[in-house]
Amino acid sequence: MNRIKEIFKKLKEKKEKALVAFVTAGDPNISQSLNIIKSMCKAGIDILELGIPFSEPTADGPVIQKASARALKQGINIKAVFKLTKNIREFTNIPIILFGYYNPIHLYGNKKFYIDAISAGADGLLVVDLPPEESDEMTNEWEGDKLALIRLIALTTPRDRIKKIANSASGFLYLVSKTGVTGSAGIDTSLSSDKFKIIRSITDLPVCVGFGISTPEHVSAVASFADGIVIGSAFEKTIEKNINNSELESIISKQTVEYKKATKNP
Amino acid sequence: MQNNKNKKMPDQNGRFGIYGGRYVGETLMSALIELKQAYNKFLHSPDFKSEFNLLMKNYVGRPTPLFYAKRLSAQCNGAKIYLKREDLTHTGAHKINNTVGQILLAKQMGKSKIIAETGAGQHGVATAAAAALFNMECSIFMGIKDIKRQAPNVARIKLLGAKVIPVDSGSATLKDAMNEAIRYWTEAIEDTFYVIGSVAGPHPYPAMVRDFQKIIGTEAKEQILKQTKKLPDILVACVGGGSNAMGLFFPFINDSVEMTGVEAAGKGIETGKHAATLGHGTIGILHGSKSYILQDNNGQIKEAHSISAGLDYPGVGPEHSYFKDLNRIQYVSIKDKEALNAFKILSETEGIIPALESSHALAYAIKEAPKRSKEDIILVNLSGRGDKDLGIVLEQTNLDIS
Repeated sequence: MNRIKEIFKKLKEKKEKALVAFVTAGDPNISQSLNIIKSMCKAGIDILELGIPFSEPTADGPVIQKASARALKQGINIKAVFKLTKNIREFTNIPIILFGYYNPIHLYGNKKFYIDAISAGADGLLVVDLPPEESDEMTNEWEGDKLALIRLIALTTPRDRIKKIANSASGFLYLVSKTGVTGSAGIDTSLSSDKFKIIRSITDLPVCVGFGISTPEHVSAVASFADGIVIGSAFEKTIEKNINNSELESIISKQTVEYKKATKNP
Repeated sequence: MQNNKNKKMPDQNGRFGIYGGRYVGETLMSALIELKQAYNKFLHSPDFKSEFNLLMKNYVGRPTPLFYAKRLSAQCNGAKIYLKREDLTHTGAHKINNTVGQILLAKQMGKSKIIAETGAGQHGVATAAAAALFNMECSIFMGIKDIKRQAPNVARIKLLGAKVIPVDSGSATLKDAMNEAIRYWTEAIEDTFYVIGSVAGPHPYPAMVRDFQKIIGTEAKEQILKQTKKLPDILVACVGGGSNAMGLFFPFINDSVEMTGVEAAGKGIETGKHAATLGHGTIGILHGSKSYILQDNNGQIKEAHSISAGLDYPGVGPEHSYFKDLNRIQYVSIKDKEALNAFKILSETEGIIPALESSHALAYAIKEAPKRSKEDIILVNLSGRGDKDLGIVLEQTNLDIS
């Protein structure tokens, strides 16, 4: 949790925006996944979002659906995600946000999930299909506040609801830049910029924008207003394309560097 | 029996006890809130009610008959079996009650496009028909496995002017069609109304679909009282997502009547190839609500199996989970083979070809009737007709039609 606060503070001083990278844990397999994340960290990502694979990813487009299926084929479960988190913690101090759907977490047990997530070194959790109306059943079982609860705000979220969401969120807010699933092409920056202004007038929590951002040009456009930029499908696409390419890690690394450059001096 | 004064179920958060709710991404929340408000507004509006009732009568063909299956009962040599003839509705299954209701609501809300998921294709056909009636653009999501085994319904959907969108992800059946419909809806909520076909999904769908389907039980109650001067002893209906069962059961819920929901045991519970979510599932979250589901030890959804596409679903409506825990409704399961047998028996004894889904309910009634007295009444929801299943049945039963 404190790692999240620190990174946003540090970035503000450096006049940079946060590059938030999403990858599905264990895609295409555990050891390669660890290496990909290692090279992303070296190349300068500020926050890592680690996806917990689920069989019914209803908020995801085809790219992350496939990534999730590849990880599940490798037998990735929550235990394996925690193990991977621990291994990542050995080489980096950036915030790690776990990102998933509620059913696997619910079955694992909310209380146990909180304890194990903390001890693995995770800093936050985002549950895609758990709006504030439903999340008490989870957080009531958390014995402590060491895990930030990142929440989504959509373009369709009205003002009074933004308040409700912000009040029950911590760490940062994730603004979904388009009505659609992950990886949908293109982004209308003006829509999210307008929404961002409304959110900013309501809360001081940092706001990261994601969905549909795939080029350094997009990154730099979003960096001109938001506190962070989330890239997911664009990375997963690279993984999918280069699954048997021994250069995969260096390709990911180059891609990361390009994005990171675009977050500086917005 | 417990005291089930459940008139106020679900609560305002869409909860039936611990079940139900709205487990969806934030983009969909505003659409669900809008839908709930619209539904609450129109549900109580006299104009909406009278338009709905008129359509039920003149378009759907309601009330559907309640038929005493004399020869079948005689063959079973026990309780009397009555059939609620939902197979005689327009488009051939109970699904049309709900699609007319929802599309009427969509029209009131100013939506211009309709989407739906379908398994057996009955909900797809019923949605396409109602969309045509109201001049709405309609797309039906259907798993490619179901497209193959329910070809006549695919053709019907297309004839009714709707688009069929094939879904090849996952098991390529109903659950995957629903995943894809949810994804599409997330992108198109502005002008698109999602017609869910079962008492499943996020709030307010389970309550709304039940309310459109309870016409089945309301009519059946009136008819059985008229015909026999007493309430039935037991109600029987098949359960996939559970809409025809809830539609029949709900108006009897506070009466002293036994209720049995029949799930698909597929190739046998012990083989793991079944769809008996209530009987052999565990509590989880699927497609926006908390309910019993079929899942593995890691919380991944398991594929269901049933010869009947309409029961081939690893989830079930949250209200069923609630009544299961209260022991108000008992849930049993019937194998593919038993359902096929019942399909043949009803065809031969009464001249009625039932849907494979409904054949599960019949199979249970046929097993149960001999154990009961001749005074007892078993009321079975014959939820749909079986024309769509002829291909599967011929393939599975070596029936000689030459």
